[in-house]
Amino acid sequence: MGLRDVGDAVDLGARYAAEGADELVYLDISASVEGRKTFCDLVSRVAEKINIPFTVGGGISTLDDAARLLDAGADKISVNTAAIYNPGLIDAIAGKYGSQFVVIAIDARVVSGRWMATTHGGRTATDRELFSWALEAQNRGAGELLFTSMDHDGTRDGYPCETYAALADALSIPIIASGGAGCIQHIADVLTAGKADAALAASIFHSGEIPIPVLKQELRKQNIPVRL
Amino acid sequence: MIAIVDYDAGNIRSVVNALSRVGAQDVILTSDAARLRAADKVILPGVGEASTAMKALQSCGLAEVIPTLTQPVLGICVGAQLMCAGSEEGDVRCMGIFPAEVRRFIETATEKVPHMGWNSLQEPSLSSGAKSRVLSSPLFAGLDEGPYVYFVHSYYPEICADTIATATHGVTFSAALSRDNFFACQFHPEKSGPVGETILKNFLSI
Repeated sequence: MGLRDVGDAVDLGARYAAEGADELVYLDISASVEGRKTFCDLVSRVAEKINIPFTVGGGISTLDDAARLLDAGADKISVNTAAIYNPGLIDAIAGKYGSQFVVIAIDARVVSGRWMATTHGGRTATDRELFSWALEAQNRGAGELLFTSMDHDGTRDGYPCETYAALADALSIPIIASGGAGCIQHIADVLTAGKADAALAASIFHSGEIPIPVLKQELRKQNIPVRL
Repeated sequence: MIAIVDYDAGNIRSVVNALSRVGAQDVILTSDAARLRAADKVILPGVGEASTAMKALQSCGLAEVIPTLTQPVLGICVGAQLMCAGSEEGDVRCMGIFPAEVRRFIETATEKVPHMGWNSLQEPSLSSGAKSRVLSSPLFAGLDEGPYVYFVHSYYPEICADTIATATHGVTFSAALSRDNFFACQFHPEKSGPVGETILKNFLSI
């Protein structure tokens, strides 16, 4: 969503935290040096105001990038494209700051029957297969996996639950499902049949379509353990 | 004055920010024993590896000072573990304020390690037949039963006589402990939403 300024992002995060979000994710989509600085300022202001954990990601390609965000107050960082081209980045950040600080984000889509990682929001193909890359990232020290299916993202048709469940069986780190939710049941499904540990959504919350308290009440009704 | 023990063991900014959000004033970071003794409250934060953190505490001479403090002291996460008897992480002897040993979680198909996320606190005396499910320690005054707090850890303090709240992740462990003027939370009150803020406020008013 197009935020007009940093204040909007801080206030929005505070609103979600007050409504019962368990964690926030801020993604930097700016590409300029000036944009990076603004993002670091945003992270500092979020850290001052928000009383729940938050992850920041977008364009983190060096240990220094991670260090700056840690200093600004981020609880976790997510790495994506840079880790695909330089997997040692995961070892470096996890080795210095701990696995709990490193979320591996993978955007993948099915190509000729195999789940393949992509970069640049799904536009660029890579030769990394989802399961082997996720396992490698875990073994290098990533503490959580944020997996987005680019075949489902934006469709509002739900998550690929079988793939999430297979990932959960293959990995020992928590898995966050992202991309594809169109209704409350989709989220319930990925947390049960999909064996995901958490679900992330943006547009359904930003649009106000599914208020967080309503979502969590419904999940609780379905016997999914949630914090109310 | 609230003193946060500064011994180069991780991210203290989130603790500083949280104290500021609950209206605490006059917060200092220090590794100076005299300043710690003069503080009204002392907070021992900590992230990272326990034996490294314990060495850092020893190298600034505070491992002997902290157990002798008489004002309220709150350990958080690894800070809490350092207040226990010893830890399996790096096989280190700790300050021994609480008799609990710190053990590593055993990973299972359903219980991942680290234990990362929200979990609810339970009153330990329930097992001995207490009627109320509400946490009885003053640290938890004003909270409903089973409040959710945020955890990030691979090691946990065992249940002991000083346990004031438990949580369960495969095993049931000490989520919080207290003895005399010493308090410890294995979870992160500074990241635990309004519940965490209540706990910090309670600590500041003890």
